[in-house]
Amino acid sequence: MSNHDIELTINGRRFAGSVEARKTLSDFLRIDAGYTGVHVGCEHGVCGACTVIVDGRAVRSCLMLAVQVNGAEVKTVEGLAAPDGTLHPAQQALRDEHGLQCGFCTPGVLMTMAVLTAGNAKPSEESLLAALSGHICRCTGYQGIRRAVKRLAGENL
Amino acid sequence: MNAPGIGATRYIGQRVPRKEDPRLLTGRGQFVDDITLPGMLHVAFARSPIARGKILSIDTAAALELPGVHAIYTNTELAAIKVEMLSFYLTPPTVPITPLANGSVAYVGDPIALVIADDRYIAEDAASLIEIQYEEEDPVVTISDAKTGAPVHAGTDNNIAAIMGVEEPDEDLEAILHSAPCLVTHRVTHQRIAQSPMETRGVIVTREGAEELTLYITCQSPHMIARYVSLALGLPDTSIRVIAKDVGGSFGLKNHPWREEMSVIIAGLLFGRPLKWIEDRVENLTSANQAREQEFLVRTAFDANGRLIASHGDYSVNNGAYPQGADCNIAVHMFMWAAYKMPAYAFLTRGWYSNTVGLAAYRGPWAMESLARETALDIAARRLGLEPIELRRRNLVTLTDQPLTTPFGIPLGDITPAECLEKLLETLDVAAFRVEQAEARKQGRYLGLGVAAYIEPTGSAGSIATMTGELAQLRIEPTGKVTATMSTHSQGHGTQTTMAQIIAEKLGVAYEDVTVFEGDSSRGGFSPGAAGSRQGVIAGGATIKASELLAEKVKTLASHLFNAPVESITIENGMVHIAGAKEMTRSLRAIAEIAYGEPARLPPGFEAGLEAQYRYTPPPMTFTSAAHACIVEVDTDTGFVKIQRWISCEDCGTIINPAVVEGQIAGGLAQAIGTVLLEEMSFDARGNPTAVTYKDYLLPSISDIPDFEYLHACTPSQSVGGIRGVGEGGAIIGPPTLVNAIADALAPFGEVPVELPLTPVKLLGVIEGRSLAHKAPEPVAVAAAAPLPAAAPPAPPPSAPSSAAADGMWKMILSTPMGPQEMKGQFITNGTLLTGTLFSDVGDQEFEGSITGNSLKWDLKVKKPISLTLKYDVQIDGDNLTGKVKMGFFGNAKLTGERLP
Ligand code: FES
Ligand code: FES
Repeated sequence: MSNHDIELTINGRRFAGSVEARKTLSDFLRIDAGYTGVHVGCEHGVCGACTVIVDGRAVRSCLMLAVQVNGAEVKTVEGLAAPDGTLHPAQQALRDEHGLQCGFCTPGVLMTMAVLTAGNAKPSEESLLAALSGHICRCTGYQGIRRAVKRLAGENL
Repeated sequence: MNAPGIGATRYIGQRVPRKEDPRLLTGRGQFVDDITLPGMLHVAFARSPIARGKILSIDTAAALELPGVHAIYTNTELAAIKVEMLSFYLTPPTVPITPLANGSVAYVGDPIALVIADDRYIAEDAASLIEIQYEEEDPVVTISDAKTGAPVHAGTDNNIAAIMGVEEPDEDLEAILHSAPCLVTHRVTHQRIAQSPMETRGVIVTREGAEELTLYITCQSPHMIARYVSLALGLPDTSIRVIAKDVGGSFGLKNHPWREEMSVIIAGLLFGRPLKWIEDRVENLTSANQAREQEFLVRTAFDANGRLIASHGDYSVNNGAYPQGADCNIAVHMFMWAAYKMPAYAFLTRGWYSNTVGLAAYRGPWAMESLARETALDIAARRLGLEPIELRRRNLVTLTDQPLTTPFGIPLGDITPAECLEKLLETLDVAAFRVEQAEARKQGRYLGLGVAAYIEPTGSAGSIATMTGELAQLRIEPTGKVTATMSTHSQGHGTQTTMAQIIAEKLGVAYEDVTVFEGDSSRGGFSPGAAGSRQGVIAGGATIKASELLAEKVKTLASHLFNAPVESITIENGMVHIAGAKEMTRSLRAIAEIAYGEPARLPPGFEAGLEAQYRYTPPPMTFTSAAHACIVEVDTDTGFVKIQRWISCEDCGTIINPAVVEGQIAGGLAQAIGTVLLEEMSFDARGNPTAVTYKDYLLPSISDIPDFEYLHACTPSQSVGGIRGVGEGGAIIGPPTLVNAIADALAPFGEVPVELPLTPVKLLGVIEGRSLAHKAPEPVAVAAAAPLPAAAPPAPPPSAPSSAAADGMWKMILSTPMGPQEMKGQFITNGTLLTGTLFSDVGDQEFEGSITGNSLKWDLKVKKPISLTLKYDVQIDGDNLTGKVKMGFFGNAKLTGERLP
């Protein structure tokens, strides 16, 4: 297996290392970089649990290779709250609305919400729901996630 | 009791934010795959690509040559450590089960070899390099294959894994059914379901010297795992610690370890380095035990007014090759008509072995009863021209009918399905809906209303070895903060939150000042964790009792310190108050510092510190009731079902946290919607699974699930705290509610056969008047397909009296509704007189009976779990015995045994 040197930013911190060409971004983030908040639910691009933000876009890290993020800016759920611990509005909304049970799907749900509400974007409820239809939650029946969506759609972030 | 004073904070019943969420929302949860240990290696399995066959050879040479591969084990190597693959009841299996395949394979995905390598990539590479030669055989795949096919397991006569009830038709019952004004013959087919927790199975094993073993494992109770592993591996002298802080859902799958987990644990013991195995999703969908796959033929008779007269049920469930306990699901029949006034019910219930992955639990394992009953009732209502709600009103047990005992001996005192239905109807205007429905039909739009009612046993304890009480250990720390270590375990249930709410309220402290620790077998005590909707009921009761004990302790100490009567002392918001003496108010911390650090100031005989514990065992069963309604529109062009409205009215007694209760209901309902419309784990005729990714196995997404409306009835139960369980209900009552709505919508086109899932293709079949896209099981060419005998194995022909052949000690296994029960029996014969003693866990019992030839008969009265006369009918054949035991209304149970030396 060929190894490649990559350098990137993860949650605002520089990371440099060498990875095998075949290593997925999800495995790289979890195993090499230690961001175990990236959850792997299916490894075939359906469940959405592994969603992270790469250069401002939500991607399924199980479907991307680590070598592809060379030079990129990556954000995982660990980098979502403010440095002082203040929760991101999506985190706060899910907390207030009881939008999680086991919490396994939650990081992916949060990253999709965060991308769509980034900057001052005020996405419509429909567009948020459409994006979230790519996330499987086996626990909650989506009730709290939908209430959080309503809040995010109404809030000026 | 620390009665909350005026102004004291109430926490029970509040939607407080969950204690689990701050870590889970920030990616700081600790799931099994998040753990890394020094020196840890990784495991992958080589698995069978065929459903049935002999293993001719296993060649590991090429795989072992791969750099980074440390070892490859097959069953031969693992056999160095003896293991007994126990059921959830901790009983031995009915057919031999080895962790890895032992010479033959019995389903696609059957694990054959285990690779230990530097990382998972290399382990998987190596697994694919293992060369295995097979002699393929024709598999038994479906229930109907199993009925006629060659036995899946060598040494068995047929594919019956478990059987109860009566095989011969009951002539009286048949006469009633056939002469009834309305007889509904209803066949319900339930597909196989993959439980699909978002976190797959996984385990890390680390042996720490000769006497210590630590496991990190995704599970439903670390205590249960520790108990299971100790017994299964026979390791009484090993100290086993099991840690599972966060678990990504389970839904019955992770009750106890199964073949892969046990293989990894044994490999860890043999190899001596920490090993990690994390199942991938394809493995999870093919090789993790699955659930449901049932067929139920229910015949139900009504009088002309729609009152129930009699019913018969013939039920089958596919057990796969290696079920986590051979099962014929007696609970289906126990609860089938429990909430209805049903004069007569008989059944035959069977579990079948097949060449598919084994059976495990799934949320509400007996849910088929509600699906079959509630859909049958709606068919009857349509035939009788009655509103389905009216039919239920005429037949449901109401509060005024109680107390009563069901024919199965289940005492009912406070079930409220009828009352839940009436409460539901306060919110749902049925008359207005019928007008809307009629108008819509004129425009070619098909709306339907479905209603269902049920009861569910929750929080059961005391009749099954593993279904114990729960333990709460509480302490007020010297800092004044409160710590609890519990036997509870959350796979999303939020027990750290709900238990903290109870403690805060009952002890009189702030919710923020309470910390609940669980998820580690070194804390708290045994309980099976989240199984059978039990934790709220039982651990809730334990927590209340422990809080009361601890509050008493604080008051006793304060009373001594301040020379005030105990009755004058209250604890509120972490402060200890003395009535009429404001100046003597002290913080809990001040009291705790004295309790821990100043023994001289304690009352005589007072145990230093502020600690209390209580193990609570509730009444044997606590019932939850509910009625649900949903409204759908079925698009007759596409066959798509749109759920417009769903109302739940449940009675789960005292509610600790409405957000948690509603979360459980919603989660169960989403799974119900998946069951009715989407999910299907099926196999082709060669036993190949046809859904191996989430692209094929369709789970509901946010766009498939409507907003649910909740009504709470809140009739306190008889258990401490008045709580009733709510974990499984949505998954039980959801399917019939939705099926009834679809059937109501499509009634103008005829009945909708209940053959789940009701895919658009199947519904279009009804709409267009074609028969359903029937999955007629293709007849599999099975070698030596001998038809089964229709009845129990015939008794051996009467032979010359050989009474002495019976004398002596026998080891016997009785297949009861609670799982197989082992006992010993001593028989003494004298002519035709038989006397003897049965020795079992519940005690020794003597009996008298008769012996004719090789045939022994005796009766035995038992009190537990209910009063019953057991009628034994046993045949002796050399050193083996077989027979059946008639268990009153439970029907027949199988008995097998062998002579002890
Ligand atoms: S793990 Fe990447 S989408 Fe499921
Ligand atoms: S909270 Fe468990 S999968 Fe979403």
